[in-house]
This record gives sequence, C-alpha cells and structure tokens, in this order.
Amino acid sequence: MSSRPALPAGLRLDARKARSLQQPLRPAPAPEVAVLSLDQGSGEAAEPTVAVGTRVGIGTRVARAVGTAASDLHSSVAGVVVAIATRLTATGLGRCISIENDATDARDPALAPLAWRALDGITLLDRLRGAGIAGLGGAAFPTAGKLALARANAAGHLILNGAECEPWICCDDALMRERAADVVLGGQVMLAACGATRCTIALEDDKPEAAAAIAAAIAAAQDGRVELVELPAIYPLGAERQLIEAVTGREVPHDALPPAIGVVCQNVGTAAAVARFVSTGEPAVTRIVTVTGSGVARPGNLEIHIGTPIAAVVAACGGYQDDPARLIVGGAMTGRSVSSDLVPTTKGINCIVAATLADVAIRGPEMPCIRCGDCATACPARLLPQQLHRAAQADDRDALTRLGLADCIECGCCDYVCPSQIPLTARFHAARLGMQLHDAERRRAIEARERFERHERRLAEQAEAERLAFEAARRRARGADPK
Amino acid sequence: MQFQTAAPPHVIAGFTVPRVMWQVLLALVPFAIVHAWLFGAAPLLQLGVAAVTALGCEALALRLRGRPVPQFLRDGSVLVTAALLALSVPPLLPWWLTAFGTAVAVLLGKHAYGGLGQNPFNPAMVGYAVLLVSFPVEMTRWPVPGPPWDAVTGATALDALRTGLGQSYTMQEIAAGPAFGRVGARGGEWLNLAALLGGVYLLLRRVIRWQIPLAMLAGLAVPAVVMHVIDPGAYAGALFHLASGATMLGAFFIATDPVSAATSDRARLYFGAGIGVLTWIIRSWGGYPDGVAFAVLLMNLSVPLLDRYTVPRIHGHRGR
Repeated sequence: MSSRPALPAGLRLDARKARSLQQPLRPAPAPEVAVLSLDQGSGEAAEPTVAVGTRVGIGTRVARAVGTAASDLHSSVAGVVVAIATRLTATGLGRCISIENDATDARDPALAPLAWRALDGITLLDRLRGAGIAGLGGAAFPTAGKLALARANAAGHLILNGAECEPWICCDDALMRERAADVVLGGQVMLAACGATRCTIALEDDKPEAAAAIAAAIAAAQDGRVELVELPAIYPLGAERQLIEAVTGREVPHDALPPAIGVVCQNVGTAAAVARFVSTGEPAVTRIVTVTGSGVARPGNLEIHIGTPIAAVVAACGGYQDDPARLIVGGAMTGRSVSSDLVPTTKGINCIVAATLADVAIRGPEMPCIRCGDCATACPARLLPQQLHRAAQADDRDALTRLGLADCIECGCCDYVCPSQIPLTARFHAARLGMQLHDAERRRAIEARERFERHERRLAEQAEAERLAFEAARRRARGADPK
Repeated sequence: MQFQTAAPPHVIAGFTVPRVMWQVLLALVPFAIVHAWLFGAAPLLQLGVAAVTALGCEALALRLRGRPVPQFLRDGSVLVTAALLALSVPPLLPWWLTAFGTAVAVLLGKHAYGGLGQNPFNPAMVGYAVLLVSFPVEMTRWPVPGPPWDAVTGATALDALRTGLGQSYTMQEIAAGPAFGRVGARGGEWLNLAALLGGVYLLLRRVIRWQIPLAMLAGLAVPAVVMHVIDPGAYAGALFHLASGATMLGAFFIATDPVSAATSDRARLYFGAGIGVLTWIIRSWGGYPDGVAFAVLLMNLSVPLLDRYTVPRIHGHRGR
C-alpha cells in the first residue's frame, strides 16, 4: 500500500454516502417489463437482432454493436419482446427494446463459464465484446474496445478505478466491500485480455472498509501484479485523466487517450462484471445502483436488472417520501436531472437520487463575476473559468479554443465555488455544443461548396465533350458530303 | 412521477458575493473600534457619511444603468468601498470632502466602468487618490491619537519621518518624536494590529487568500530591511513600515479586492509584491508620506499584463 501526492486542485465535498451504505447490498426484483435502451449511455445505439414476438432468456443477445461506442445488449429477463420503439430515456429520446418478463427466469442455454486462462488475449477481448461488458462507471464505453486499444499500444498498466468521488454515489464502495474477490479476478482477466503487466486498484482514503476488503482479496489471490493504492478523497479524483495523474504522476496528453502513456483505466464495477461473466457465463445484464436522497424511504445499494424503470427501482427502496423535487441520475456534481421516473436504467446509470429541495442547491440570482479566481483554483484541468465565461458570453470562439474549452471535463468544481452563482458548467456545455454546431455547419458549407464546384466542373466538362462531339460529327458530315 | 429538471452541479458551496462582502465588513470592526478609541467619534461619523453617500450613489447609478437596485444594493460591495475610504481619510476631514471622495469612488471608480466586477481600479483608492491630490492639506492633517481628543493636529509618523530626514535629522532623533509609538506610528501601530487581526480572520474564513497580503508585506519589508542595514540613519526598519500608515489595511483589505487584483495565484504574488515595493519606494523617495493608495492603483494598471503572462498550463498540454 502506498500513498501518492494529492491532486493539485479539486474540492473536498460532503460525501452524503453514509445513509445508503447502512444496509448491505441487496437485489432488486426483476421488472415486469425490462426496457433496454439501445444506447446504454455511451451516446451510440446498438442494432436490434430481435423482433417483436421473439422469445428470449436471461442473457440472450437482443442487439449488436455496430459502431465503436455501442456495446452488445442482452436481455436481463426471460420473456417475449413486446415492443421496439422510441421512448424517453435518461439521455433523451432513444429507441428501446421492451421485453415482458414471463417470470420463469430461464437463462439462455448457451451461457457457460469461460476457461479464460486458456484463451489468448485477442479471443478473450472478443468474448468480452460479445458479453456486452461496458464501462459501469458511467460512460458505458465498451470495455473490449478500450482494452483492445491498450493492447495495440502495448500499455502495461491497468488502473481499476474505485475512486468514487462524487457525493451520493457509493455503488462501487458497496461492491468493493462485499465482492472484492470479483474485482481482483476481473482485474486479472483484463490483464490477460489487454496484455498489461500491472494492475493498480485505486480508491480514496475515505473508504477504509472497501480498502481492507480489496487488500484481503489481493492477498488471497496471491498475484504480485495487483496492488492497492489509497488516494486522498478529493473531487474529481475519479475522473479518468485526474486519476491517472494521481496514480502515475503523469498527465495524459490532451489530444491522446490513456494508452498513449501506457495506461488503461477501467471501473471496479466493470471488473466485477467481467469476473461474473467468466465465472458464470452471464453477460452484462445486471449492475449495482445507489438509490439515495432524502426523497427515498429506504436508501441503499441495489443490484438491478438493466432495463428496470427507475420508478420500479425506487419502489424497491420503499418508494418516495418527503415530496422529492428533483430526480437525478448520477451524482451531485455531474448527474443528469430527468423529468420522469419511467426512464429505464442502463449500464451507465450508477446512482439514482430522489432529491428534496433541502438536498439540492437553489441558486440565488446570478451576480457579475468578481474575478475572485476561486474557479481557477478549483479547476482540476487548470483552466481559467472566469475568462472562459467572458469568452462564452462574447461568443468569442478563438478565445474559447485558446482558453481550452475542449479540455473542460464539466466536473462542476468552478460552479460549486463561484460566489456569484454563475452556472459556469452549463454555460461551458452550451458553448461546446455551439462550437460543435458551428464546426458542423462550416463543414457542411465547405462540403456544399465543393459539391457545387464539382457539379459545375462536371457540367463544364460535359458541355465541352458535347461541343467536341458535335464538331467531330460536323467534320465527319462535311467530309462525308461529296460537295 | 414527473420532476423539474436542472443543470448540474446540483450542490454548490453557497458562499455568495454578499456573504463575502459582509465578512469583509465584519473583519473591519476591530479596525473601526481602534479608530474610535484613538480618535473619538469622528471616524464613526466619517463612516456614516461615507455609507450614506455610497448607498445613495450606488442606487442612483444602478437606476441610471437600468439594473435591479435592491439585488445589487444588498450585495454590500458599496459599503466595503465606503468603509475602506472612511477609515483611510483623516478623522477630522470635513464631511463634504468624505462625501465627495465617496461619490467619486462609487460613480467614477466603479459604475463608470460597468459596476460590480468591472472596475479596473480599486474604487476606494480612486476616491482616496482624488481627495489626496485635490486636497493635500486637509488629507494629511491627522489629529494626535489618543484621548483627550482635543483636536490638536500634528504630523503622522510617516510625515515626521519624511520631513525629519529632509531636515537632516537622524532616524534616532526622529523616532524619539511625539508621532512615534513603540515600533511604528503612535496609534498607527494599534490600527495596523487591528487590521492584521481582521485580515487573519478573513484568511481563516477563506474570504481572501494568502498570496496578496503576504507578498505585499514581503515586498515592503525586504527593501526596508536591506536599506536599513545599508544605511540605518536614513531608512526606517521593516517593523516601522509594517506597523505604520495603511500597511495592514492595504495588505489585507485593499490590495485583496478581487475585482481589481490579478486572478491567478502566481500573478497575485507578483501583484502583492509590486504593491509592497511601490509602497516602500513612495514612502522612502516619493512626494507623499504614504504610498499604499498609489501603489495599489499602479499595480491595478498592471493586472492585465500579469494575468496575461501567468496563464497556467492546461492539464495534458505541453508548456507554452
């Protein structure tokens, strides 16, 4: 066990985790209808491989990844596909596969444990891809894709992210306390898959129970490649680039991914999902979710079937109490506020908060920036939020680029400390969308111009060809005419 | 069930601009009390005149600019300006001069530039500087501190030092004069102690950060020590400088005004050090007895430059 230097910036926040950590991890009942969003949180949808009426078991594949950001999707219940339609999800409107649970809990007969030690890395990556394992830390990016990139870059260091730095979220803490062996096993499988030689399980020093459990599991595994590192509990330590800096002392270049410096980062929950897959054959159909907030009666960490509507998860926690005002998916700093509890859970949802007015900050009227610089002190990316804000208000795209808008990780630290209560993160998010829109528009304009020029050129060439043909015909006609 | 939505983050620290300003006012209380102890009711009357003028000017300016008057009046920033000015001027300054200085501070120093957050200069120091250059006699006539308050005015310690050195007295002879106390100016040393106390409170409450005050005190003390060692007969020591004039008020309350100060930590070190050195230069070689106000204004001028050259390296980028 070693300790490392703290992050240069960041915040110490009220963790708000104690209430949901009082009870041990408990399973949530399977939903009557599982709603599987084709986009599980990564921003890219998978392609359905079933149709309405198809009968599926637990673990049957229902959608296949087509791009690089989507992952294969499997049914979390046994039953019949009843709809494939566009619905409201936590990330907006998206296509979902609804499967009516027939309560038989029949597993797909093809599922079987994996003798992973006998497999080579490439095959193992293929199997992980087929199991739909995706980043359970929130990004839901396909694990196999990340590991494959690490393999291609010969990244030697796997970091398992147990730094759950955001207030309210504690599903990884609960997981590490109770299933530390799975985390270590998952780390070993990932090492085999990506070819790394060292696995660091990183968590913060405010999780002594989890640290003890992980340390015991490492000792039991007798694997010298796996180590535990405890870091100071400073938000946003769990952000990938920040964690990598805290563990290795090196920064990931802004225009590259972690394998560029020989590192690959995975969530501890993902590692546990990998362990479950190799030991039972079950693909990614469940995950652990923290359900908390003053607006929920019995908070806790629940193992849910992916696709269970949030309302059903909350019902499994005794339902609502004290008139919750805001339903948040994710943590206090970056969580998305959703308008309806009918949205389904996905691989990317790690926390559900039914927040009362007392839980959330109601902002006062926005005041002008007083240049106090607290935002710059708090910013883990070392940006100057006050100057970014000025540039965003002036819509000065050059300044936004120069000041590093693209490097903003939208962690909310600047927002949190701002005495003028300026919604900086939301402004930066909007500015970023504006820039993307602007870039897309410019690209479209350039493409349109090129298309037009090509068209003109083609017309000109055609006219020229016709003219030549006509003249040639005329010459031929003249020559043929014996006048 | 339906819910309202809001953008993250869902929690904030809630340390708002009004709270910052009221904390500063609270930290000024010991200073005001020592002021009253040294000079009687006069400083309190100055505070009253300045506060009323400042609120009136602020309300007027906000109305003219079409801004929500109650929201901005409540932020307390104009009261900080008023208090700093009122506690910097001589207690027996005619009230209309205090009112004039305050009006200049609020209307020209602050609102002419766009109000809260926009002023490049510290408004209180703008008001002070205008008063000092326009009414030098009234602005340098300080009563002898301590009861009985019999309205006898004499030179301040910094003044006596300047005149004394000009008339070829030695430091030792000057320091034996009536304007001097144990380590600094008579009375002034208590004022500086009170300002230091308030400043430490602000540091502990994290209303201000250490960079500017510490750099300013160091910027003042280092040249003072060096020159005092080289020529003790012609230069006062560091302790005298630290305990006289507006040193502590300047370091903790005036130079730390976030709006007109540099923003990054590194730039703040330069900013504070610049104020300290300039203060020492003006005190030692300049035409005015105290230099804090001019030093602050001069460094305010250099803030854009400091900010430009201290942009931190963004995470994941190479040095620029």
